[in-house]
Amino acid sequence: MKKWQCMVCDFFYDEALGFPEEGIAPGTRWEDIPEDWSCPDCGMSKADFCMQPA
Amino acid sequence: MNTTTNDWKDRKKYLWLLSPLLPLLGLLAVGAYAAGAPALLLWTGPILIFAVVPLLDLLVGVDPVNAPESAVPGLIAQRYYKYITYAYIPTQFALTIAGAVLVAGGGLATWELVGLILTVGTINGIGINTAHELGHKTGRLDRTLAKLTLAPVAYGHFFVEHNRGHHKNVATPMDPASSRMGESFWRFLPRTVIGSVRSAWTLETARLKRQGKATWSPHNEVLQSWALTVLLFGSLVLILGPVVLPFLLLQAAYGASLLEVINYIEHYGLLREKQENGRYERCQPHHSWNSNHVVTNLVLYQLQRHSDHHANPTRPFQALRHFDSAPQLPSGYASMLIAAYIPPLWYRLMDPRVVAHYEGDLDKANLHPAKREALLRRWCDSAVPELQQAA
Repeated sequence: MKKWQCMVCDFFYDEALGFPEEGIAPGTRWEDIPEDWSCPDCGMSKADFCMQPA
Repeated sequence: MNTTTNDWKDRKKYLWLLSPLLPLLGLLAVGAYAAGAPALLLWTGPILIFAVVPLLDLLVGVDPVNAPESAVPGLIAQRYYKYITYAYIPTQFALTIAGAVLVAGGGLATWELVGLILTVGTINGIGINTAHELGHKTGRLDRTLAKLTLAPVAYGHFFVEHNRGHHKNVATPMDPASSRMGESFWRFLPRTVIGSVRSAWTLETARLKRQGKATWSPHNEVLQSWALTVLLFGSLVLILGPVVLPFLLLQAAYGASLLEVINYIEHYGLLREKQENGRYERCQPHHSWNSNHVVTNLVLYQLQRHSDHHANPTRPFQALRHFDSAPQLPSGYASMLIAAYIPPLWYRLMDPRVVAHYEGDLDKANLHPAKREALLRRWCDSAVPELQQAA
């Protein structure tokens, strides 16, 4: 399970936790999130997230 | 006509040099004064932003043209545009130092000193726009230069607050840098200044805690940025004497107030809707005020194409787009900031636009709590104003 960080606002997407508020179940891998999904906090596109070392 | 990467040319390519030209003009003016030219030159900064740029905006007008998508990767890859932002910094520092030397030399009449403070403050205030462009980049050099650019204006916490605070909370009541309908600029100013410092400190404390580091440590980016100001101002005081300190502080305060008046304009009254899950909707193009006035856009690296900036914060300035759907200001930021200083004029220009934008439903707008009832009463029975789009 990996963590991804928004390069603008520091929002973290943790694959282990998912993002249930928007129907992304815990365990959902980053690559399985739709490409048009964007940072829920600042609206930054998915492409501009960066993988964080565990 | 289809344009492709090969045949599309950025017609503004060399006009972007207008931005680094500003600190150079300031420096030349101060130099010319020192060499005996008329003292009116010390007022170059205010004359530029309150007279020359608004007048040029009026004369030159708007340009809604976007670079074709096929040309964008090439446009972004050109280092030329990056150097445009870098070019601002050395002259900005030179002007700050030249101003301090002039003050230390003594003999300035009060009106000359005021002009000098405003001119140096103007250039360092517009420098925050340079820092803004650089601070959104991910490279180490750009981010360091962003902090450096904020040093003469003593606003280093902006580097932290803008990205992690403002971009997250924009157009919500939580954001100190989003102004509310019915809130005058003079009421907004202390709220945003204090709120931004507080927000930057909280954000940095939380980040350092996540990494297991102390708030008061060299890793603190707010402290790093402020240290550069202490170093710059401290060196000038040591070399030139304490007489330069009030000058440095006053020009910084004025420069920062210029950033905040632009902040005031950018999101006035606009509000993201709160969703059922308690989160605010994502920032959309209709959450920022925009303008296509060419001259201000050249000077401010298309900051006025603000909707695209919030949707794509790392998109370099030369590639920012105009959206037809985004709310448009009646004029460029340079003209609007004069209106912002005069609240009755500002309300007259902008309140009908906010009402029109929300089609009369002001419950959807970001209202100043103390004015909420009065605003709802004022606008509830009036017809929705016709929205005049800037041509």
